[in-house]
Amino acid sequence: MRFIFKTDYEQDIRLFRHGGQRFWYGVLAVLLLLAPWWAGEYVMSQLHFILIYSIVGFGLMMLTGFTGQVSLGHAAFLAVGAYTEALLQAAGVPFVISIGCAALFTAVLGLIVGLPALRLKGIYLTIATLAFNVIVEEIIARWHSLTGGNEGKHLKPVQILGWKLESDAEFYYLCLVLTVICCLACVNLLRSPTGRAFVAIRDSEVSASCMGVHLAKYKTIAFAFSAALTGIGGALYAHKLAFISPEQFTLFQSIELITIVILGGIGFLHGAVLGAAFIIVLPQLISIAKGWLPEGLVPAGMQAVVFGVILVLVIIFEPLGLYGRWLKIRAWFELFPFYRKGMFRRQKSYMKSERLR
Amino acid sequence: MAGVSLGCVYALVALGFVLIYKATETVNFAQGDLMMLGAFFALTASVMMGWPYWATILFAITVMAVVGMLIERIVLRPVLGQPAFTVVMITIGVGYVMRGVVTMIPGWGTDTHQIATPFAEAIWNVGGVVLPVQQLGVIAMTAALCAVLYLFFRFSRLGVAMQATSQNQLAAYYMGIPVRRVNMMIWGLSAGVAAFAGILLAPATFIHSNMGFIGLKAFPAAVLGGFGSVPGAIVGGLIIGVVEALAGYYLPEGFKDVAAYVVLLVVLMVRPSGIFGETARKKV
Repeated sequence: MRFIFKTDYEQDIRLFRHGGQRFWYGVLAVLLLLAPWWAGEYVMSQLHFILIYSIVGFGLMMLTGFTGQVSLGHAAFLAVGAYTEALLQAAGVPFVISIGCAALFTAVLGLIVGLPALRLKGIYLTIATLAFNVIVEEIIARWHSLTGGNEGKHLKPVQILGWKLESDAEFYYLCLVLTVICCLACVNLLRSPTGRAFVAIRDSEVSASCMGVHLAKYKTIAFAFSAALTGIGGALYAHKLAFISPEQFTLFQSIELITIVILGGIGFLHGAVLGAAFIIVLPQLISIAKGWLPEGLVPAGMQAVVFGVILVLVIIFEPLGLYGRWLKIRAWFELFPFYRKGMFRRQKSYMKSERLR
Repeated sequence: MAGVSLGCVYALVALGFVLIYKATETVNFAQGDLMMLGAFFALTASVMMGWPYWATILFAITVMAVVGMLIERIVLRPVLGQPAFTVVMITIGVGYVMRGVVTMIPGWGTDTHQIATPFAEAIWNVGGVVLPVQQLGVIAMTAALCAVLYLFFRFSRLGVAMQATSQNQLAAYYMGIPVRRVNMMIWGLSAGVAAFAGILLAPATFIHSNMGFIGLKAFPAAVLGGFGSVPGAIVGGLIIGVVEALAGYYLPEGFKDVAAYVVLLVVLMVRPSGIFGETARKKV
């Protein structure tokens, strides 16, 4: 068990709480930096996806996990980021500017979507974002002159200041750097008054506004910030696939993105990374499992069933997701003989109608 | 006419949403998949066992009611009273499972199927207006079901108990309402309605494992009418169906699919509680 004695206010806002954290994050950083040497081509490609999904996961976590606004329309932001990047690249805009534009443009779009969010609560907001997703998808498919419609768009490899990132390793470092930047941005934002306001809105809108949090302002900021991160993720996603078309940004993509947040652990930035890794690795595990089972026993719907079952089981038995499981394991070791079963139990709650408010 | 009959199916799926929303204040994203499953049960009864149409309907509704209750008992009971979004995610997961399971079952699979209906292809000619009996049948059956459900919620003890549960679970417990059993029944009822919608939709779109996506079109219907209002769901469904048919006819290609969602966004911005939404204020 570790006790942290606070002797200084600075300690509260330090990036690392104690030496142990510094050590383990250092180990992680070294492992990730050396990845091109220990990982094969296939693993590298999976790492790309994990990093890209982590960025999107951060964005969604800020909105859903910390501000409490559930969005089923993030695939639309992903699409807008990806298409902005593709179009700007085709127009010859350098990568550093085009990815900034992708982030900015999706942020503006997020702002626009965020505006009705001020009037809508809970499930209505979710449905509105769902409608937004369907409409954006249809616009992309139909606006042939701009997006190429269903034939999609091709992208060339990234080029930064005349340096072409063609190999896997180079693109990996680009993703890694952007992921770390996004992660630090989130951590920093959460330590600031804005981040505190987000969490206050999530926990109770009424009390937040009583404490002087401007609901409209902070909800819109949350939407814009989340959309911007998703836009960056979308730009990288477009480069990773080198070919984008509307059917990659359907409602199912949105559902997959929200499951990153749910499976990883809602309300923890670590959860976004864990969830992203899980979502990417799961199809591989399923295809490995298929290899073990006899032929004919594994039909096409297997993946959907496993995905659904895992989602349901996690929500019922592990409401805090993968990161919650890790917290429990850590608590067990820290308190070794004294861990009790009920320590993380959900409080019993009764639902009250929101309609009669 | 086609718009109205398609609207009726939207209305029935929306009705499923509304029923569950009324009782548990959550939205069932698997409603479309319940409908799909119901249609597959009907297929089994009518094609594989050769039952008559009416027996098929009864069979599918009964089986689906049981399935709905089982879903409630197994996966939703443990999260009873948790935030609405938790339940939404669970229903999304359940939807995935149902879609996957259907493709695994021999005889159902990923192919498209068709069931025979007694009023296929027949046409009535009323004063020069040609009315396909198929679509009239859909409309009539929807109307009958709605009337029954409306009366049920308005006058029966169970219906009133369901409304009480939806407004305040704790208070409902205190009043001696078995909240859990009520929730289970409402899921059964909603799944039964979904099966009915599936059977009515079957002649129009055929039966396949992805027919449940039409459930997504029922969201605009439910929101338009105001979540939590049975007549609202019907009116909303009809409006969406007609708007879609008109958009397909008058507007360029592509608008047909998004028309419903555009309507949805406009409604949410202008009047989030929908046409028939309850605007009751909390009394202090």
